[in-house]
Amino acid sequence: MWTRRLLPALLVAVVAALPLVTSADTSAFAVTLGSRMMLFAIAALSLDLILGYAGMVSFGHAAFIGIGAYAAGILDAENVGDVMIGLPLALVVSALFAGATGYIAIRTKGAAFLMITLAFGQMAFYLANSLDEFGGSDGLTLNNRATVAGADLLSSDLTFYYVILACLVLVFIFLRALVASRFGRVLRSTKEHPLRVAALGYNVDHVRLTAYVIAGAICGLAGYLMANQTEFVSPASMTWQTSGELMFMVILGGMSTLYGPLLGAAVIVGLENFLSGYWEHWPILLGAVYLVAALFARGGIVNLIRGAKP
Amino acid sequence: MSIPLFLVQLLNGLQLGVLLFLVSAGLTLIFGVMGFINLAHGALYMVGAYLAFTLTGVTGSFLLSLLLVFPAMFLLGLGLDTLVFRHFYDRDHLDQVLVTFGLIVILDEAVKMIWGRAPLSVPIPAALSGSITLMDGLLYPAYRLAIIGAGLAVAVLLSILVTRTRAGMLVRAGATNARIVAALGVNIRGLFMLVFGVGAMLAGFSGVMAAPIFALEPGMGDAFLILAFVVIVTGGIGSIRGAFIASLLVGLVDTLGRSFATDLLKLTMSSSAAGRIGPALASMSIYILMAAVLFFRPAGLFPAAGRA
Amino acid sequence: MKVLSTLLGCAAAAILTTSASAAAEPVKVAFMNSLSSTSSVGAKQGRDGFALALKELGGKFGGVDTQVIWEDDEGKPDVAVTKAKTLVERDHVDAIVGFTFTNVAMAALKPIVDSKTFFLSTNPGPSPVAGKRCSPYFFSVSYQMDLESGASGKYANDAKLDTAFLIAPNYQAGKDSLGGFKRLYKGKIVEEDYTPLHQIDYSSDVARIAAAKPSALYVFMPGAPGVNFVKQLRQAGLADKVTFLSAFTIDESALPALQDSAIGLYGSADWAPNLDNPANKKFVADFEKEYGYVPSNFSAHAYDAAMLIDSAVRAVHGDMSNKDAFRAALKKADFKSVRGEFKFNTNQFPIQNYYLVKAAKRPDGKYETEAVKNVMPMQGDEYAKDCSMK
Repeated sequence: MWTRRLLPALLVAVVAALPLVTSADTSAFAVTLGSRMMLFAIAALSLDLILGYAGMVSFGHAAFIGIGAYAAGILDAENVGDVMIGLPLALVVSALFAGATGYIAIRTKGAAFLMITLAFGQMAFYLANSLDEFGGSDGLTLNNRATVAGADLLSSDLTFYYVILACLVLVFIFLRALVASRFGRVLRSTKEHPLRVAALGYNVDHVRLTAYVIAGAICGLAGYLMANQTEFVSPASMTWQTSGELMFMVILGGMSTLYGPLLGAAVIVGLENFLSGYWEHWPILLGAVYLVAALFARGGIVNLIRGAKP
Repeated sequence: MSIPLFLVQLLNGLQLGVLLFLVSAGLTLIFGVMGFINLAHGALYMVGAYLAFTLTGVTGSFLLSLLLVFPAMFLLGLGLDTLVFRHFYDRDHLDQVLVTFGLIVILDEAVKMIWGRAPLSVPIPAALSGSITLMDGLLYPAYRLAIIGAGLAVAVLLSILVTRTRAGMLVRAGATNARIVAALGVNIRGLFMLVFGVGAMLAGFSGVMAAPIFALEPGMGDAFLILAFVVIVTGGIGSIRGAFIASLLVGLVDTLGRSFATDLLKLTMSSSAAGRIGPALASMSIYILMAAVLFFRPAGLFPAAGRA
Repeated sequence: MKVLSTLLGCAAAAILTTSASAAAEPVKVAFMNSLSSTSSVGAKQGRDGFALALKELGGKFGGVDTQVIWEDDEGKPDVAVTKAKTLVERDHVDAIVGFTFTNVAMAALKPIVDSKTFFLSTNPGPSPVAGKRCSPYFFSVSYQMDLESGASGKYANDAKLDTAFLIAPNYQAGKDSLGGFKRLYKGKIVEEDYTPLHQIDYSSDVARIAAAKPSALYVFMPGAPGVNFVKQLRQAGLADKVTFLSAFTIDESALPALQDSAIGLYGSADWAPNLDNPANKKFVADFEKEYGYVPSNFSAHAYDAAMLIDSAVRAVHGDMSNKDAFRAALKKADFKSVRGEFKFNTNQFPIQNYYLVKAAKRPDGKYETEAVKNVMPMQGDEYAKDCSMK
């Protein structure tokens, strides 16, 4: 019981308090790194919805990060960078892309689904790469972060940190409710027993596509915020390697737990940040972490903590 | 665009296809028989190439190093299977993805540590250093013909092995239903280990064959990995014939796309727009091909029996 | 009670105040480049160059206590932003030096210069930053991309090579390089071939070159793709049939792989190991002794950057707080560059010689590029007029 109410509140309190109780230098660092961790957590959460709960392993999820990010970048370049325009645009375009590509991808299963989502992700990447007026492969620097209905509220890193935290909390609550709802139960059932679900009268494809669109839109939100946080957007945010990293955050943290993606994002972003300062060949350590986690932490770290078996 | 140039590009596309087949044959075998997603396949290709570099340097003979790479990679495959992967055959695909990805990262970095970061090169063996003239001013190295020959030989050999031998029959049966095969008293453990060893050997072999034409670089397997997955999913997982046809298709589409996309676009739009869209379209061409195939045949062109 | 509250007060103060006071601050410089990305050889060579210079300076810039932070941006722009912000906000570095890839440098540009921290690029020389987006805090210690490539174009003109085939990977640096060549080349461009990023087999491009029969071929292909291309060009028998011009393709990071197949091919660069000046002779000798390989321009530029910083810190006597004074000291470029003559333009990009270089084998068996002609003596880039700094 305490996990359901107390733990989330405790986590939010710790994250919120962190920049305030540390010294000015450490606080700035916590804000920068923490913002990045939370943004990847939002993206990983969105992937968990389809990967963990619905068994749809998407290898092109980073495309949505790119869509949201370019929405921010392009609007800024055209001098209309406001959250009131940008945020709905990011969500709508992501949802449309998810709807169109999902419609085609849903027909396939397993490895084919993996590869077709990869294909769409690569197409989005090459498209972004060809946008010479928006920097092409070099990307685009934003002049400022998006204004909020004209007000320059997001330019402070600290304020933006709390905005990101709020978005993360909202996404978490939303997904938790969605997963527990009737829709969520049906979605989870399509992973194990698609025939039974169909026999009960549900359109399995519709359910999955809806989940795919929701996941895409949430990931687009993450991308929109990421571009604003770094004040930069480039195709590098939508490579297949990034899609892979999102998958690993979910798998390493623990699929279909919602806490798993949070933990996975924090661990992977954190490890990359800290390890790289200590040894030139630090990726070996990261690879070893993946190996050890796969061998011993069955079902991810969260499930290891809970003592659950896959 | 002239006829001779078109024919040359056709040959280039086919040769790329054959090389892709060499790389993906092992992958489709492992994925098909054991249901094991081996992301480290590209890294094994890389290891084969780097071993060829060192062995050629030490022995002075490309042929000798090629022969030595076979047992070396087979043993490496057996070692990986015994130490790490055997625990994963029953596990979720995603756990397999995690462990094999961890292996890629380790292998890529290990190669950087042992051989350094700078690109390396293996010379074409003297015996094959000749060339034929394809068209005015364009020579075609005999070595590339050797690659085509090797690819065709492997295709034929694997086909015979899988369809005409007892071991091959067990492999096909194991691909369809491993439990029943085990229940019939076959040493499934041994079979899987063998298949993995052969798969690793094929990956290494393709690396050695590719080394004289392509530069060796840490992480060189990553690009091939994606291409290999495109090939085996398009062709049908577990199917050697599917991998062969799909490789040729992918090789042709990629090469012809790159060669002629911009020119074709120039027929319908301005030169500068074509110059922009052409390369982008060329990069996407194989993915469009794969998506199209999967849309109509979600299990690939030639799905292995029992997998449709 | 009083003791307790005092203790608590001290503890609170300890947590909430910043660290060392400003007075006895060492000079803090961060060196950042892309060690763990694909194509990391340039990053390693750059780091080695900077480290060698630091060693020769006894670990101190300007004779003052120095702290150097080594960072890896993994070749990812958003990681670079995170690390740059951390270096600026938490570590309060005086300068961030390095960078291998242009897109990564462009991402890190804003956080670094907005915080009034100095940004010294040892490799990327992007045209936007040379022009409209110039910043008083940004210095390119390396080159400006258009000129690095343009020298090949000018040479092609001078040598009356009337047709040219251009090839580069389909990314921004490739487009910039071909653009730089085109700006100075007046002949006929028969084709501009932008190759997809994942490509390793260039046989189809080689076939197109054979069909086009150009008199000059200009190539921009850093890293393994370049090695692939040159090898395959050679194997197709075309390397002798065209005048091969390039940038960053047959340099010392690729020569160990290319070896004999590169001999006789040309490139354009602002530096070569055989430049005849005392600083360069010392640099190349010390570098080979320390690391066992021939330095590349990545190493030379990084080495120069360290020497430049040393001269500037010396000029301000280690007082990094006066940024205008430090900038003026940097701008003076009062150090012995391995490139010989070197000074800064109004946009803080170099004014230097750009040479035609040729790949060659040394008597000791190693390969290097050798400067054969000073194609553009003491040349500044054309974007300086768009920069607001005068």
